[in-house]
Amino acid sequence: MIVGDSKPLEEILSMIEGRDKVLVLGCRGCVTVCNVGGEKEVGILASALRISRKKAGLPPTVEEMTLERQCDPEYVEELADVAEKYDAIVSIACGVGPQFVAERFRDVAVFPGINTTFIGGALEHGVWAERCQSCGNCLVHNFGGLCPIARCSKSLMNGPCGGSASGNCEISPEVPCVWDQIVQKMSAMGRLQELEQVWPNKNWLTARDGGPRKRVREDLKQ
Amino acid sequence: MKAGSNLEKMLSAGHFAVTGELGPPQGNNAEEVRHKAGFLKGIVESVNITDNQTAVVRMASWAACKILIDEGLEPNYQMVCRDRNRLALMADILGATALGIKNVLCLSGDHQRFGSHPESKNVYDLDSVQLLAAFKKMRDEKKFLNDKDLDGSPEIFIGAASNPFADPFEFRVTRLAKKIAAGADFVQTQCIYNMDKFRLFMKQAVDRGLHEKCYILAGVTPMKSVGMAKYMAKFVPGMDVPESVVKRLQSVDKKQQAAEGIKMAIEQIEEFKQMDGVAGVHVMAIEWEHRAKEIIEGAGLLPRPVVD
Repeated sequence: MIVGDSKPLEEILSMIEGRDKVLVLGCRGCVTVCNVGGEKEVGILASALRISRKKAGLPPTVEEMTLERQCDPEYVEELADVAEKYDAIVSIACGVGPQFVAERFRDVAVFPGINTTFIGGALEHGVWAERCQSCGNCLVHNFGGLCPIARCSKSLMNGPCGGSASGNCEISPEVPCVWDQIVQKMSAMGRLQELEQVWPNKNWLTARDGGPRKRVREDLKQ
Repeated sequence: MKAGSNLEKMLSAGHFAVTGELGPPQGNNAEEVRHKAGFLKGIVESVNITDNQTAVVRMASWAACKILIDEGLEPNYQMVCRDRNRLALMADILGATALGIKNVLCLSGDHQRFGSHPESKNVYDLDSVQLLAAFKKMRDEKKFLNDKDLDGSPEIFIGAASNPFADPFEFRVTRLAKKIAAGADFVQTQCIYNMDKFRLFMKQAVDRGLHEKCYILAGVTPMKSVGMAKYMAKFVPGMDVPESVVKRLQSVDKKQQAAEGIKMAIEQIEEFKQMDGVAGVHVMAIEWEHRAKEIIEGAGLLPRPVVD
């Protein structure tokens, strides 16, 4: 899923300063699952904004709404009758949400209420970790199911580098060295020999380096 | 001969080679480069010029290399994959060889997070192994990575680094083998303090015949003090400083610690001279260039042989 972090309340207050009617807009997709942008978080953020603005003598009108998904025009359309009522829409979906809303409603000011951090998964309740960098050409099967592009600090395809120490990355003892894990895993599977090959240069054309990406599925297009 | 550098000639003639190291200044003071170079002139085959070492911005390595050439020394151009993509790496090696640089050392590079600009974006388009292969292709096939012909012939003696002390230990020799397969003509190791581990590493390398495919230079950095030994043991990732090294420095008077560190480095070199598979020594006297001669001379490696 796409994982995000709430922006500090002060930052959001400052973004919407001078705007009277505010809508906090949640999303039932990834951000609901990672507890940062769903209906519950919409309620919490809206209350916090109301309290702070009331204390500061500002108009406390902050309304709440949560869409099925903000990354789908079909659902964004649900805002059609109400969007213009607001002076600010604070979207707490991933970075796609505020953009889809802003594209659809050109005269409404849209603000991001969360920071989109990575594509990852939950390690345990309350802990998420990055797993994919969406490079567009998945190779994890060659590395014991572990991605060196997303999980090595240097995206080395021929690691581990000289900074790998006691299973950790040189950037921090808190960051596991994925190459250490790859070697251990391949070794345990009796496939260490496969890591002897020199992996050639990666073609980054399928990654963001090839320019903003777009997929057209003719079989699905109407 | 691949590039005909002094280093390559010395190694291929079978001499025990000596290389040094010089860190460019955090500024454009060419005089400082000349000053440091002066201490290394005539006592080493070539001098590694670091490339934004520890991710701290410094005078460009290629420029400091050129200053060394003008001073009559041979540089070994260090290049990291952190700061440039394949276009810039290939462009820089063309420029470097055009300026007369004949040795290169290909590195991944320390992560920028603990450098002078931790907020920067890193590149890592290629990794160090792929960089070795890129330069080998450019030199041997005279082609760019896209298989298009390049104009000229970037003759360069290609080096790699190896850290026998990083983890997982059982994969270190394999990674060295990968670097050699990719294109390394010579290898310089990380600073060695744990001699037991290094002996084991070399034995594994020799068992695989790697010393016959590539020249392996053992890395030596003299300890200046107990404080430096403790710092390296604790804070430098991938550095293995056994307690015995710290204890030995502690056993002498504080004023004698530097001399003891130099003595230890000399003893190490004496062992490397006899060690199977070790073709030379890489003396990294970091910000201590003026003491390099003492070490090299103490190890009986001066005067340097002359090769044609």
